[in-house]
Amino acid sequence: MYFGEASGLKLGKATRDAFGEALKSLGDKFPNVVTVDGDVGNSTRTEPFAKVFPERAFNVGIAESNMVSVAGGLASAGKTPVVASFAAFLLCNAYDQIRMSVAFPNLNVKLVGSHAGISIGEDGPSQMGIEDVALASSFPGMVVMVPSDEITTVKATEAMLEHVGPTYLRLGRPAVPVIYEDGCDFEIGKAIQVRDGDDVTVIANGIMVATALDAAKQLEAEGVSVRVLDMHTVKPIDDAAIAKAARETQALVVAEEHGPAGGLGAAVAISASKSAPVPIAYVNSGDCYAESGDPQGLLEKYGLTPSAIVDAARSVTQR
Amino acid sequence: MSTDTTRPSIDDLQAKAKVIRQHIVRMTTEAGSGHPSSSLSATEVVTALYFGGYMQYDANRPDWNARDRFIMSKGHACPVLYAAMAEAGYFPTEDLMTLRKLGSPLEGHPNLRRLDGIEASTGSLGQGLSIGIGQALACRIDRLESKVFVMIGDGEMGEGQVWEAIATAAKYQLGSLTAIIDQNGFQQTGATGDVLDLTPFQPKIESFGWHVQTINGNDMGEVVAALDAAAAVTDRPTAIVSKTQKGFGILPVLEEAGDLNFHGKPLPADMCEKALELLS
Repeated sequence: MYFGEASGLKLGKATRDAFGEALKSLGDKFPNVVTVDGDVGNSTRTEPFAKVFPERAFNVGIAESNMVSVAGGLASAGKTPVVASFAAFLLCNAYDQIRMSVAFPNLNVKLVGSHAGISIGEDGPSQMGIEDVALASSFPGMVVMVPSDEITTVKATEAMLEHVGPTYLRLGRPAVPVIYEDGCDFEIGKAIQVRDGDDVTVIANGIMVATALDAAKQLEAEGVSVRVLDMHTVKPIDDAAIAKAARETQALVVAEEHGPAGGLGAAVAISASKSAPVPIAYVNSGDCYAESGDPQGLLEKYGLTPSAIVDAARSVTQR
Repeated sequence: MSTDTTRPSIDDLQAKAKVIRQHIVRMTTEAGSGHPSSSLSATEVVTALYFGGYMQYDANRPDWNARDRFIMSKGHACPVLYAAMAEAGYFPTEDLMTLRKLGSPLEGHPNLRRLDGIEASTGSLGQGLSIGIGQALACRIDRLESKVFVMIGDGEMGEGQVWEAIATAAKYQLGSLTAIIDQNGFQQTGATGDVLDLTPFQPKIESFGWHVQTINGNDMGEVVAALDAAAAVTDRPTAIVSKTQKGFGILPVLEEAGDLNFHGKPLPADMCEKALELLS
């Protein structure tokens, strides 16, 4: 059983796998791309690229601080480095290096954080990136993307390489349902409306898009019409889509696999407060560190479920 | 402009170092803040790099891709870098007097987005050597023979990232990379040996597989000889442990003030005057 199944979505690849395949296949199109790894390339899936382009791949060992600054140096000499590690280690260990060697000099470094959120499961909270979106969003000029499935991950990977400037791409470990089997338009900073509705809008990203679709189906059965926006870009946030949703549906639910501070919820709240302040409810993994366990069990225990979104939608439409 | 390899004499370089020291003292006193003593210790090395024929650069084309690069990892010592850059023609020497003032690209710590010719934005210690490795790797991919020089403070060696970088540069056998440790013996609150003693540097760095020399970094002859020796090593990275004195060139003035560290503060007007007399 997986969230999204009830909506008829087929289980596809993990976003990290889609990224790894995309990066490898884009290697010829983007000859300046190089990878810089902290010895987890077989987990982050930069490994396929490194095998095809060994002279453009650097494994600098378990030293994330150095890894990020080396990438800054490569970028300042004309390369497009893709730096990949677990989201938690990349953003938390190397935060100052991202600030000083990437963001402040505004260099064209592509940060990729895999194993984001609690759905990594058994390895436990030390490996779970639950602060990464907040930390990445805090840097002036940083683009922050959280794709929801394999299709948008491939598009986000290419968009990231096309974009000139620092970006953060957040990836997950487990296989996730395919949302865009028929394709989709993908543009940095532009939300995708996955489903239209009038009564409430669920704004989600990452694995929570599929979960939101299950919730929308349940609510529809109760006569509540739900719009679902895939807010794959947290920064720059799509102010226009948020304003439109707030005006047209008069209530918002934000769902993300992240802690409550500084992530998608905060970005949506700031945006809506400037344009069309409406009641907003928040679904996230809570102000806590989770625990080891099976991914599905963790999502249920820590409230990242269709029913959590249903409850949030019910309460927010009554405020 | 320095794209030829003609070597000026030691006397010429010493004369240039004196001019740069005058700039350092004047600009920080004018700014009312800054790190003159940390800049003065590094003056011989920076002067030799920019004016001794050891770096190929073109001040009119700061983005020339085949240039050699200098990174001031101890970013607070940027007055010596700004002074050298002005003398090299990156901008007029009058601009040195805008140091740290609103609107000036000569910020309190180097900012590559504001000033052409700055190779890395520094000021949070410990990152310059890693950045230099990235630049050296990029040049290697592009089959450029560019060299990368990184100046690190001895206090800065306390940052673990520097040691991560030392190991990484050895892994990639970066013969184009030279690190200069400006061992002036002081950091913000006192003697480096008292705060966190990481000496001796030479055997430690050698043990990673680097070529290392230890010199008197305020002796221009030794500096030039060390840079020549470093240039001859092409199969591995090189380090120059440059033993210096913080505030070298105006030491009697600092002695009189009873503060041989004199960290992070400009000379007051009267001391500035005395210092400039010593440097005239």
